[in-house]
Amino acid sequence: MLTRIRPALVVTRREVRDHFRDWRILGPILLLILLLPIFMNYASGRFLTFADRYGAYVEPGQVYPFLLMVVGFFPITVALVLALESFVGEKERHSLEPLLSSPLSDFQIYFGKLLAALIPALLASYLGMIIYLFWIYLQGIWFPGGVQILQIFALATTNCLLMVSGAVVVSSQTTSMRAANLLAVFIIIPMAILLQAESAVIVWSNTAVLFWTLVGEILVAVLLIRIGIAHFNREELIGREFDSFDLRSGFNSFRKGFLGDAGSIWDWYRHELGKTFTNMRLPALLVIVVLIGGVVLGASLADEFVIPPELINDDTLQNGGIAGIQELRFYDDNSIAMVWMNNLRTILLATFAGLLSFGVLALIVMVVPIAFIGFFAATTASAGLSPLLFLLAFVLPHGILEIPAIIIAGAAILRLGATIASPAPGRTIGEAWLGAAADWAKVMVGLVLPLLLGAAALEVLITPRIAGWLFGGS
Amino acid sequence: MIKTEDLSKHFEEFVAVDGVNLEVNAGEVLALLGPNGSGKTTTVRMLTSILRPTRGKAQVAGYDVVEHPDEVRSSVGVLTEHHGLYGRMPAGEYLDFFGQLYGIDLPTRQKRADRMLAEFGLEPYKTRRVGKFSKGMQQKLALARTLLHQPPVLLLDEPTSAMDPESARLVREAIQDLRSSDRAIILCTHNLAEAEKLADKIAFIRYGTIIAQGTPDELRQRLLGAAIFEIKFRPDQEMSQINLPDNIQSEGHGENWLRYRSAQPEFDNPVILQHLLDQGLKVVSLEEVPRSLEQIYLQVMKDPQIMMDGKVHAD
Repeated sequence: MLTRIRPALVVTRREVRDHFRDWRILGPILLLILLLPIFMNYASGRFLTFADRYGAYVEPGQVYPFLLMVVGFFPITVALVLALESFVGEKERHSLEPLLSSPLSDFQIYFGKLLAALIPALLASYLGMIIYLFWIYLQGIWFPGGVQILQIFALATTNCLLMVSGAVVVSSQTTSMRAANLLAVFIIIPMAILLQAESAVIVWSNTAVLFWTLVGEILVAVLLIRIGIAHFNREELIGREFDSFDLRSGFNSFRKGFLGDAGSIWDWYRHELGKTFTNMRLPALLVIVVLIGGVVLGASLADEFVIPPELINDDTLQNGGIAGIQELRFYDDNSIAMVWMNNLRTILLATFAGLLSFGVLALIVMVVPIAFIGFFAATTASAGLSPLLFLLAFVLPHGILEIPAIIIAGAAILRLGATIASPAPGRTIGEAWLGAAADWAKVMVGLVLPLLLGAAALEVLITPRIAGWLFGGS
Repeated sequence: MIKTEDLSKHFEEFVAVDGVNLEVNAGEVLALLGPNGSGKTTTVRMLTSILRPTRGKAQVAGYDVVEHPDEVRSSVGVLTEHHGLYGRMPAGEYLDFFGQLYGIDLPTRQKRADRMLAEFGLEPYKTRRVGKFSKGMQQKLALARTLLHQPPVLLLDEPTSAMDPESARLVREAIQDLRSSDRAIILCTHNLAEAEKLADKIAFIRYGTIIAQGTPDELRQRLLGAAIFEIKFRPDQEMSQINLPDNIQSEGHGENWLRYRSAQPEFDNPVILQHLLDQGLKVVSLEEVPRSLEQIYLQVMKDPQIMMDGKVHAD
């Protein structure tokens, strides 16, 4: 392992030295290390005095850790610049190609550069925080505990890792600093939101929540590093010459992926859709597991959020409960389109959420309605009714089409979102994504939309009648 | 040492290199000539295992470029089109950095770096930052980097661009020395005179396809026809009365000169000379009309019908 890492460290050493030879990098780092802790210390003192003047009490244990985090955060913003400079800047100045012509593996170059962007920024961040802690110690008002210090240092480290690994992903998709700086917005905005959330957690002084926040951030950083490793390869770095957006070529790739070699609709259904469907076995399996988990979670929540049994017992249902439901406009014969559109909206929302979260948020969007089924089944059981009868009455009639549609759509969305995170041998990220988008469109048009239309018809025309019949309504 | 078979590279729908077949043995220099965007750099990048061929095979120093990319990169010295130096690094440190990447031990890389810097006249500037070098000095340093790990295969993209005539001569001599030390060299250049001087073989590439290749003499013969000879006469000769043997076609004449084409000059020239002397003509000189690589290049590049083997094909 050390033999594998050593060449990477040669790259790191060169780049770190290079950074420290540039006064445009060194100057701001030194200023942030030396002046920011002093300024923050002054600000915290003024803030506490100000609050005290008006008789308000502010807990120092909320103010000081928050400012410690701010002191640690500012210097790590340098890491973003260093990472973009190291990856795209070198590409733009053509100094990357001699490095790529050397015997170093893609991973060694990536790892060396990742460390080179992390080290100066983290050094500055740690030094700044140590100086700030020293000032607090000298003041003697309050001093954070070891766990809290460790957590805030860890937070600075993961924030830095997130920015650098995000910058590498951005860099792999551009060839110029101009484009990289523009795309860096996709790192800066989420980081700004994250910082606000972290601030809230620190002011809240909840160590456990901060711990889980850290775990979540580390997972995202690991995912981003994985994406970076997948896309930091010679082929993509050198093969991509321009940042131009070729709409026609993109459309052609999509159309080719969507239509395949099919000569007729029947041929398309039989061969193209069949092939795509087969490729989605693994994500479909994952969706099924998650949906089952959702049902179990929903059922377990029935104990926590209890609906009074008298509202759903046999007597209530027979005394007009079902009849009442039937009278709602929702169950009007003309509502098929409304139900269908509602389900489509959910699918589109899940797709959008999936695109932003490597597919993960899509599962959450889809699992919520399924969790409700588990919740109501368990609630029905606790009210003394048969949960199976509930499922048979309210879910199964239209669920027979709707649930497969959800599974298929979930698999397609998961695949679409995960394409960005998973390597596609011999294909660029754009090519792989267009392929996944064509597959998504294929299953949506060919399967999900027709299935949901059928499910909507059943839900409006059949389900209320079966529910009424089984639960004694008219 | 370098062998490619049907080597091709596609970027989505764009065909950058299409079915390239090349062979360069140890001690040979192949000049790869073609206009900008013709596929030279992409070919070099595939031979360095930076780009993966879409189709075909390539072997460099006995290693397959797809199967053994690390070994290929260790065996190749690449001078890229843009030298890509680190401006803030001193020259000595720069060579040391690349020496480390190629796994050369400290004493060896120091010795080699010093020798390289001395050979290219950069020794006094060892501690100077590369960004302060002139373009020519930067190019020389890039070449020193290329040679530092003593690779058996060299891929040189425009090695003398931006150099003053003296430095360019130095580099050309270095390339000749490298050839004689049994290295296989591919030289991508726009400098046709340089290619003619250095190359044992020349390959013309256009739209990613090798349209002609061979030794300079073979290419001249194939693309410009048989050699042209010029005879000069004493100024007092009456040119209209001069006739050539029946099987020799005149290519034109002037006040005191005459040109003809011959595919077999060793047989034709003595016969022609004797024929003219028998007519009592006073011959001053007989020599081959030089035909530059530029003529071949222009001929090849302007004619869309010239294909792989250099022959003219019908549509």
